[in-house]
Amino acid sequence: MNIPENLRYAASHEWILVEGDTGTVGITDHAQAELTDIVFAEPPAIGKTVKAGEVAAVVESVKAASDSYSPVTGEVIERNEAIEADPTLLNTDPFGQGWIYKIRLSDPAELAALNDAAGYRAQIGG
Amino acid sequence: MQRTPLYDEHVRAGGRIVEFAGWEMPVQYTGILQEHKAVREACGVFDISHMGEFFVKGSDASAWLDTLLTNNVSQLPLGHAQYSLMLNERGGVIDDLIVYHLAEDRFLLIVNASMIEEDAAWMRSHLSGNVEFENRSEAFAALAIQGPLAAAVFEKIFQRPMPSERNRVEEIEPGRSYIATTGYTGEDGIEWLVPASESANAWNTALAAGAFPCGLGARDTLRLEMGYPLNGSDLSPERTPLEAGLGFFVDLKKTAFTGRQILLDQKSSLLPHKLCAIRVLDKAPPVRPHYKVYVNGEPVSETTSGALSPSLGYGIAMAYLPPAYSDIGQEVEVEVRDRRFRAVIVKKPFYKKQP
Repeated sequence: MNIPENLRYAASHEWILVEGDTGTVGITDHAQAELTDIVFAEPPAIGKTVKAGEVAAVVESVKAASDSYSPVTGEVIERNEAIEADPTLLNTDPFGQGWIYKIRLSDPAELAALNDAAGYRAQIGG
Repeated sequence: MQRTPLYDEHVRAGGRIVEFAGWEMPVQYTGILQEHKAVREACGVFDISHMGEFFVKGSDASAWLDTLLTNNVSQLPLGHAQYSLMLNERGGVIDDLIVYHLAEDRFLLIVNASMIEEDAAWMRSHLSGNVEFENRSEAFAALAIQGPLAAAVFEKIFQRPMPSERNRVEEIEPGRSYIATTGYTGEDGIEWLVPASESANAWNTALAAGAFPCGLGARDTLRLEMGYPLNGSDLSPERTPLEAGLGFFVDLKKTAFTGRQILLDQKSSLLPHKLCAIRVLDKAPPVRPHYKVYVNGEPVSETTSGALSPSLGYGIAMAYLPPAYSDIGQEVEVEVRDRRFRAVIVKKPFYKKQP
């Protein structure tokens, strides 16, 4: 199972890549493997404010409807339209082209509550 | 929880095991979309060992089955299979099943896994005349080999051509092994019954012959694209086969079968509901069972089945609608995630094979 070292992880299986006050968010390799074939993805609208732990995006597979939660609080500043056209990017490249949205962090201190790669690996029993 | 004799093979092949109708079954191996495509474009093999096998024999077997089933058993030629329905006194569907005509006074019924006990109890309680009924579900495993390349796979397994006619039945080994050119996918292929103890061999023979292992996930999307009903979802004891659009499999000219009078009454008046095929027009999250259906802004029904069609790329669903809203072309809306999406009633099947 791929768990990049440079990311932080929410218990609900989202990752965040932090650069300055901006975070890029997606779902983990483990999450996409559990969901199986993803057939619908809908990133949040630009300008939307989300709180840590709140539903931010829709990710649905053939068999299961699933919500994706925001790992941090902030304002959505960019959404990945490519995954709307091709939701399989979440399966094939969850940490790259399958990113879901970018968020401006309003409280970087929240990052401390997230797992590092080792912690997330322990959580999923990998 | 029950397991089919192929459980270990599924785990070995990387099958993702889920609960289905009291059985631990593989929902997928590599992925539902890939397996779906394999059946539409090549050949897939499904474990359908959870389904039930009933043997009915005796000089009154055909006449007795005709009192319990909607289709006409006495007109079913030897060596052929027939889709049929078993109804309760209210004309509602207990189960849908396939009848194999094995010999003059001998029949084999293939019934849904979730209904084995209930079907058997119903049939036993209605026994009459010179009829022997035997539930031998645990003795059999079954495979469905389906797809445009099924004939080639068949030829590798059996060293002879696959029967070209649909709904043919062959008893390969009396009482032990059968094939029928039937299926639940809309593709060519067979369903193959073998003794439970020989199932792993049959499964591995099918894989070696080029069939792609497929799980229940693809089985469901494939059957829904054809508009084939699933008992427990699209069929129920509260709905008649006429409401379900299965009138083709109901012979009202037969003098007597359970539920017949209700169907005659329905036929002479207006059906209270009709099972409709719904195509979603807007780009929408997948429609699933029990999603609300609206007409003119009012909730009128809910979906009984639904999926994002892998072959067609848009949402498809079925729902019972009142007669006023059940015509082809009727505009409806389906509610997904608190939003309503435009949809329209279309003719079945959703998916038509390219010639």
